[in-house]
Amino acid sequence: MSFLHRDRSVAPPGYSRWLIPPAALCVHLCIGEAYAFSVFNLPMTKLIGITTHAPNDWKLTELGWIFSIAIFFLGASAALLGRWVEEGGPRRAMFTAALCWSGGFFVAAIGVYLHNLWIVYLGYGVLGGIGLGIGYISPVSTLIRWFPDRPGMATGMAIMGFGGGAFIAAPLSVWLMSKFSTPSHVGVAETFIAMGIIYLCFMMVGAAIVRVPPPGWQPAGYVAPVQPQRLVTTRDVFVYDALKTPQFWLVWLVLCLNVTAGIGVLGQASAMCQEMFHHRITAVAASGLIGLFSLFNMGGRYFWSSISDFIGRKNTYFVFFALGAFLYALVPHSGAVRSVALFVFCYAVIFSMYGGGFATVPAYLRDLFGTRYVGAIHGMLLTAWSMAGILGPVLVNYIRQYNVTHGVPAAQAYNVTMYVMAFLLVIGFVANVLIRPVAERYYIGETEPQGVGRRVMAER
Amino acid sequence: MRMANDRGPRATHNALKLALAWGFVGIPLVWGVVQTLVNAIKAFH
Repeated sequence: MSFLHRDRSVAPPGYSRWLIPPAALCVHLCIGEAYAFSVFNLPMTKLIGITTHAPNDWKLTELGWIFSIAIFFLGASAALLGRWVEEGGPRRAMFTAALCWSGGFFVAAIGVYLHNLWIVYLGYGVLGGIGLGIGYISPVSTLIRWFPDRPGMATGMAIMGFGGGAFIAAPLSVWLMSKFSTPSHVGVAETFIAMGIIYLCFMMVGAAIVRVPPPGWQPAGYVAPVQPQRLVTTRDVFVYDALKTPQFWLVWLVLCLNVTAGIGVLGQASAMCQEMFHHRITAVAASGLIGLFSLFNMGGRYFWSSISDFIGRKNTYFVFFALGAFLYALVPHSGAVRSVALFVFCYAVIFSMYGGGFATVPAYLRDLFGTRYVGAIHGMLLTAWSMAGILGPVLVNYIRQYNVTHGVPAAQAYNVTMYVMAFLLVIGFVANVLIRPVAERYYIGETEPQGVGRRVMAER
Repeated sequence: MRMANDRGPRATHNALKLALAWGFVGIPLVWGVVQTLVNAIKAFH
């Protein structure tokens, strides 16, 4: 397995850095399938009944745990294995992610075949979730090293792939299930196996073409800024020292609040637009709108992270929070004046900034903590995503339910929620204001953490 | 001199690799985006 070693993946002379984004996309487009897993929910409730739900069939509430477990293990594995990913290099990480992710599908297929939900939880949830976590962070620091002149754009391209993976997976899954289904069989297990094979091959291509730049490499014509920028360091903070800085926790809060606001309405967007525009937006039209919003979520990942290379990371988050708070507060007004166009505009921009928040944060971390451990630090920061994944939907659902119970009409039941989300973004704005450059004592070389930083430097 | 002569084939080789790599990820992504747009348009109709 020596071909997986970091030293074996150093780029030869003349290697084009533009091969790295496709390598990263090979992984992110595959693991982005997680966003489309809900297409399996309904078929998996009819594995026994085939055309209808039988008493022994799995319930939707039980199936909902598959995605939740996967997202939990995404956060946990990214946080715990970040340093292993960083030090072993992108090829080993992508290779491992491919095995875990495709292996998750194969184990889940066995679970579906045996009709044992615990095996599905173990397969897609645990094994697949670990593949998600390793795969998500695996290309981040490599992209930043290859694109020191455009780190936001580079990581934005990969993270855009995570948003785009669902666009491929949803129609592909539906098509495969239609091919494998028979009058006595739903075809979910076979679809899992087929998708596991497709994803294994696709991710292995990414692992094969990814390269790390040779030591000291810089893009042709690139001159590092002579005038140091206040929030952009040229030094490095050791991964565990980053956790001791207030900056890490402020960025954690910034990401958590941005995602909480977005994820909260993401899950309820379909119901929300139907209830706010009763008789004007049907269930079918709502599903079309969700597809449209998902495109903005994906496009925003590339757009905003690229913009951040020019206006700076802190300013980009200022835009997210200021414009986001304004647009969330405007949504109830769109319902009051019955303007679908205004509602769609607000949501399209909100979802673009939700995606943009994910895509811009690796470059923000690189600016604050340096390049060396950015992948591992990013892994730890993803726990903010896990937290937001619980907070957002809970806030939206409970506030709506409280309003409905207290006699608020369905069309206005989301108004308070929107104002609460706007308030969260105001808190995020303040957290972003408080982010200052990291104190000198945290940098490697100033007070080296138990010699670990020096050992890693020597190994390289 | 030899390097200058090699530059042409190497540039072509690099361009081919780039086209293949970007096509490999770009074609499925564009297909997925088009499918989503088609479904969105159908839903509005």
